[in-house]
Amino acid sequence: MSEEAGVVIIGAGVNGLGTAYHLGKMGYDDVVVLDKSYICSGASGRNGGGIRQQWTSEENIKLALESRKMFEKLNEELEQDLEFYQGGYLVLAFDEDESKDFKKNVKLQNSLGVESQYLTPEEAKEIVPELNISDVVAATFNQTDGTIYPFKVVNGYANRVREMGIDIRDHTEVLDIVTEGDEIKKVKTEAGDIKTDTVVNAAGGWSSQIAEMAGAEIPNKPVRHEIMVTEPYKRFLEPMVISFKHGIYFSQSEHGNVVGGMGNPDEEVGVNQTGSLWFMKNFSKTLIDFIPRFSGVNMIRQWAGLYDTTPDAQPILGTVPEVERFYQINGFSGHGFMVSPVVDKVTAELILGKEPSMDIDRLSVDRFEADDFEAEGAVVG
Amino acid sequence: MTVVICRCEDLTEDDIVEAIEKGYDELETLKRHLRMGMGPCQGKSCIPLAERILCRETGKSPDDIREPTSRPPNKPVPFALLASEEVDDHE
Ligand SMILES: Cc1cc2nc3c(=O)[nH]c(=O)nc-3n(C[C@H](O)[C@H](O)[C@H](O)COP(=O)(O)OP(=O)(O)OC[C@H]3O[C@@H](n4cnc5c(N)ncnc54)[C@H](O)[C@@H]3O)c2cc1C
Ligand code: FES
Repeated sequence: MSEEAGVVIIGAGVNGLGTAYHLGKMGYDDVVVLDKSYICSGASGRNGGGIRQQWTSEENIKLALESRKMFEKLNEELEQDLEFYQGGYLVLAFDEDESKDFKKNVKLQNSLGVESQYLTPEEAKEIVPELNISDVVAATFNQTDGTIYPFKVVNGYANRVREMGIDIRDHTEVLDIVTEGDEIKKVKTEAGDIKTDTVVNAAGGWSSQIAEMAGAEIPNKPVRHEIMVTEPYKRFLEPMVISFKHGIYFSQSEHGNVVGGMGNPDEEVGVNQTGSLWFMKNFSKTLIDFIPRFSGVNMIRQWAGLYDTTPDAQPILGTVPEVERFYQINGFSGHGFMVSPVVDKVTAELILGKEPSMDIDRLSVDRFEADDFEAEGAVVG
Repeated sequence: MTVVICRCEDLTEDDIVEAIEKGYDELETLKRHLRMGMGPCQGKSCIPLAERILCRETGKSPDDIREPTSRPPNKPVPFALLASEEVDDHE
């Protein structure tokens, strides 16, 4: 038996379900969303929930700014408290090079409408009184940045999408994508085939595998990133605090738990979602350096997820040269939650042949054919 | 009678049954939806109870219930200790 769907979306994370949501909102419901595991089992259920607009590439700033505005309205749309807390992001500089870059970044961000500010270490300490500023050279701060509870967003979409009549199938792995010439014919799953001519690759850390099934090539590589949570405490931390130099970030959630992560610069490429001793030790040391009071605070849980990385740390969107109607929405390189509202909407618009509400041509996979693509510099972890 | 299942996150049997009816019908999604098992005890007491409720409500046998991934540390540990050299792989 073979069934048919107008659009098959692979991946039930924030981007797969967000795209389904926007398709549904535009009146299109002939969509099936597939996930090999449970809903939100990928990076969407493992991330820090950070929403930041302080980026260094024009593309990322625009995506993040528009998305932040959309997140502000999402509680109402999904009729749920998504715990979006706009306590700002405090970005710390630890040497003169960083502080010079920060000045430039703020200028670019301000010119595009992000109201970030350049701060002295003393001003940073006013925002986080317990911060150890002995090695801090400068900082930037943007009040409208913040954190959100990722699972509520993803499940908010899932509930809405089902109400719209769109089918979400968890525990249904995609095994192959059958093409003829440059056309998609069907998607083979462990539970049978689905005829379709349109596929969305929202498979996060597995996106290169999915592309390969369709005979397309994308340069994405999965890299593990680790994260942890503490016991809940009364709020003592307003903003998310981050450092690019140390690769660390941490913030306090609405429930009082501190959530934080740190990237290992020597991490190898691969699908690995287990925790490591390296992380426990190095994260703890760095955290205590930043805020000595953390010494006595208890970590209760640690886990890992995948960054789906690209050579310029910017996402891959739109179609590919090899196959028609094979839409990419992947390669988020560790910041795919905060830009999801706008990229999901634009992906839905492209699928339906509508004028995209934001120009994303520069984010198509073709860009890597040029030798001079510019990399995003503000990736944490 | 109200039966408390997860003491850390203050969840009753009714909360769990209601969530299962809404479609959060496996441990991983129940955990994330209700924060069940995410308290300081890391679900030591509530997860086995929730497993039983899941079997009862969904008609699945205990073997069909997917075990949630257990995540270290097994008990709350202060950062000062984790940062010290004493931690070994099994902590
Ligand atoms: C530790 C960590 C911290 C992070 N912190 C932040 C942050 O603070 N802010 C932020 O914006 N971003 C953050 N990110 C990044 C963010 O989580 C991701 O970019 C985002 O969640 C990606 O969502 P997605 O829907 O594209 O992919 P995912 O959520 O990864 O979903 C992909 C899905 O595809 C499914 N899949 C894969 N292969 C198949 C197959 N063959 N068949 C069917 N299904 C398949 C998987 O099971 C998975 O559920 C972080 C990531 C990590 C790992
Ligand atoms: S009783 Fe549920 S987490 Fe402790």
